[in-house]
Amino acid sequence: MIAAHLPILQIVVPLVAAPACLALGRGRAAWLLALAVSWAALGIAGGLLATVLRDGPVSYALGNWAPPWGIEYRVDALNAYVLLIVAAIGAVVLPYARRSIADELPAHQHAAFYTAFLLCLTGLLGVAITGDAFNLFVFLEISSLSSYVLIGLGRNRRALTAAFQYLVMGTIGATFIVIGIGLLYMATGTLNMADLAARIPAVAHSRTVLAALAFLAVGATLKIALFPLHGWLPNAYAYAPSAVTAFLAATATKVSVYILVRFLFTVFGPAYSFEQLALHNLIVPFAVIAIVVCSTVAIFQNNVKRMLAYSSVAQIGYMMLGIGLGTATGISAGLVHLFNHALMKGGLFLALGCIALRVGSVRLEALAGLGRTMPLSAFAFVIGGLSLIGVPLTNGFISKWILVQATLEQGAWGLALVVLFGSLLAVAYIWRVVEVAYLRPPPDGARRREAPLSMLIPTWILIGASVYFGIDTSLSLGVAEIAARILTGGAG
Amino acid sequence: MSAQTLIWLSLLIPGLAAVGIALTGRWPNVREAVTLTAAVLLFACVAALVPDVVAGGRPDVTLIEMLPGLPMRFVVEPLGMLFALIASGLWIINSLYSIGYMRSNAEAHQTRFYVCFAIALASTMGVAFAGNMMTLFVFYEALTLSTYPLVTHKGNEEAKRAGRLYLGILLSTSIGLQLLAIVWTWAVAGTLDFTAGGILSGRVSGPVAGVLLLLYAYGIGKAALMPLHRWLPAAMVAPTPVSALLHAVAVVKAGVFTVVKVVVYIFGFDLIRETGAGDWLAAIAAATLLIASLVAMTKDNLKARLAYSTVSQLAYVVLGAALATPAAVLGAGMHIAMHAMGKITLFFCAGAIYTAAHKTEISEMAGLGRVMPLTFAAFLIGALSIIGLPPMGGTWSKWYLMLGAVEADRLVMVVVLMISSLLNIAYLVPVAARAFFLPAPRPAALGAAAAPAAPDSGGIREAPLFCLIPLCLSAAGCIVLFFYADAIYDLLRPIVQP
Repeated sequence: MIAAHLPILQIVVPLVAAPACLALGRGRAAWLLALAVSWAALGIAGGLLATVLRDGPVSYALGNWAPPWGIEYRVDALNAYVLLIVAAIGAVVLPYARRSIADELPAHQHAAFYTAFLLCLTGLLGVAITGDAFNLFVFLEISSLSSYVLIGLGRNRRALTAAFQYLVMGTIGATFIVIGIGLLYMATGTLNMADLAARIPAVAHSRTVLAALAFLAVGATLKIALFPLHGWLPNAYAYAPSAVTAFLAATATKVSVYILVRFLFTVFGPAYSFEQLALHNLIVPFAVIAIVVCSTVAIFQNNVKRMLAYSSVAQIGYMMLGIGLGTATGISAGLVHLFNHALMKGGLFLALGCIALRVGSVRLEALAGLGRTMPLSAFAFVIGGLSLIGVPLTNGFISKWILVQATLEQGAWGLALVVLFGSLLAVAYIWRVVEVAYLRPPPDGARRREAPLSMLIPTWILIGASVYFGIDTSLSLGVAEIAARILTGGAG
Repeated sequence: MSAQTLIWLSLLIPGLAAVGIALTGRWPNVREAVTLTAAVLLFACVAALVPDVVAGGRPDVTLIEMLPGLPMRFVVEPLGMLFALIASGLWIINSLYSIGYMRSNAEAHQTRFYVCFAIALASTMGVAFAGNMMTLFVFYEALTLSTYPLVTHKGNEEAKRAGRLYLGILLSTSIGLQLLAIVWTWAVAGTLDFTAGGILSGRVSGPVAGVLLLLYAYGIGKAALMPLHRWLPAAMVAPTPVSALLHAVAVVKAGVFTVVKVVVYIFGFDLIRETGAGDWLAAIAAATLLIASLVAMTKDNLKARLAYSTVSQLAYVVLGAALATPAAVLGAGMHIAMHAMGKITLFFCAGAIYTAAHKTEISEMAGLGRVMPLTFAAFLIGALSIIGLPPMGGTWSKWYLMLGAVEADRLVMVVVLMISSLLNIAYLVPVAARAFFLPAPRPAALGAAAAPAAPDSGGIREAPLFCLIPLCLSAAGCIVLFFYADAIYDLLRPIVQP
């Protein structure tokens, strides 16, 4: 019965394949293995989501140790949703990675790269699937450590300082999380999340639980890169190899958002986090600042990768704004944007990687005339950009719509205006690129030289998905709404 | 063919045409044949829907549910029917004209031009047939984006600046204000369907209705209400066929069409009148109408003058909607048609003058009427229609607008409309009069080199036939509309007398 073991296969397959990649030694074989594994992971994630939507939450006891003593993998609509996003991005980025990585890394590092990539994938999937708080920390460290390596591999030597900066900040974040988990263990004597949720109300008044929440929230927020804890992100994204930037931008911060949501809503419960502690008063202002300030900063970037990185911080603001509202509509807005932003930003970074491959630079002035020399990559960037702005028929529009609806439900006019104002700032930074790419003539002697198909197809899959989920929202919004209902305490 | 199939075809034909044009870009004649065939087929499909709609049918199709409870839906009602008819009909004429203009002026990137044009038409059809406010918004944005490459067609600094202004104003108003208004409406009313009598009545109080109407009126930047009109004169940097069909007909009419739709089907006349929400809108429209006319008089560049004239004429439609009486709204609807026919004629003439004589400034056009008599005759006819003198179509729309102002007991507006008509005469008629009656400048003053090409030395020299025929057709259209205005009246009457 393979179906019953899907939760564990989701983790074990990439985990076992990672050292195997290193053992294979040669770049091409390692890539093939990683590719096969990432597609298998996507299949498993799809299977899990289908199972959850059909039968409700799945619980899997590791090694048959019954929870709450053993480690439990617990998959409800939210886990399955995040798993699907992570696995899908992994499966799309890997085919792309071969040419991109061959161009950016020396041959002897290729096998190591795929090993680190699979470990990172394992870690992110593990965080999303586990129902055990300490196990979550372990997977978080696996994904973080491997992502430091991945970022440090960047061609530019500044990648090393960027990775180091991320290492310091990420370690602080992870340490805060483990302190929080430790305090919870101290107060309740359990590490199983469902069990924690049941036991916390009895000790909710204690300082220990309050401190645990504080540590967990700050730690997760550091990994999310919510303003003002976003300092590590722009450099890390700007100097990492193209494929890594696309993968991490679309998955790592999203999984961190998941951690925060899981703890705030499932473990502590909305009644404690939002009614008693009024955390929204803390989250919403920072989200608003993130949207306005980081979108503005993005306008003034001349490195397009950095520009998109700042845009990511702003987009995280949208997700956190929705989640910070704490209502069912707000959470589904945050979650659906988590899904949509993964697709659009992944697609944008992939398109930028295509450009980097052929032009050798992602500085704004290097993009002149791309509309003619690389029409497909440039157009992919335009569509992705439109989605970031939130133009109708792209998934960004759906996110904005639900988010504005959520703010209006609360009568929060100012917030609705902030969301829309953020879109206008996005117009400004996206259109700077569009003007250079389409209205400035290409440098003399530049001929048409489109990126290879192995990179264009993945790019267009994500961009196409951004458009598809702007028209048919039954999967993206449907699951997000189910997850939001579960989180706010309604029936699944 | 069933009405549903016809709606599908109306949306698909221009879209498919865009693909066809892109594929046949290497063979200009085939490419233009694709455009023309698509335009004729589209008009045939739209026209075939008319009998059903006149008979009271409201055919609809639903594409897909984009958001829970919010499908992408198309419904053909009289106002949209009229708008689609105008846009698709004028696309045929404009395509002929484009061929003449683009080839004579040897414009670059012609394939991109025709592709974007076809996409813009597809978006226009979507706006015209949209069955709810969200569908309308989707195509409204598509129209903005598909016309951006047309505005920046020349690719120089001026075009770039114009493009920024164009996109900046249209996107920021639509995302910042209109989208907010739409989601607000959705939150209050729980539906966005265009419903006779409105969906907001009884759900919002007076001040809220006023604020909402403000968000809509300024959110629909394409209606070019002052002070958010600047994108329209800026867009005149585009090739003249774009100014003619898109920035005198499709894009700007999509704007005022949306305003009328919002007033008729979202607010409903009663709500607008009872809450007084329309009062300030009428005041802004009246101000725009007069100021734009005054500005137009100061412009020497012909296309700039026509652009400000468009701003002013669009305000007529908004004024009609804001008065919210049956006659006023009828007048507003008719004015969409009448102004389209008149203004496209004027732009065709401006383009023909540029093509044949390379003149853009009105002061340079003295005596040109004797060289290009047909062009300037057509210009005069178009101008008279805009002014509203019989026997031109514009007479009727202004008539109903004034009637509406009387009906609403707003005599001030009657005065405003009259003054504006006088201003129209002052800025439009002199263009033709100078061309016909003033002597041409002496070639000697320009230097000997210009002598062989002097206007009065070679007799008649009109623009190429592909430019000339369309402008004669549309000028004739202005006259025809005078005699067949009752058809438009009958088509539109159900929206004011449900």
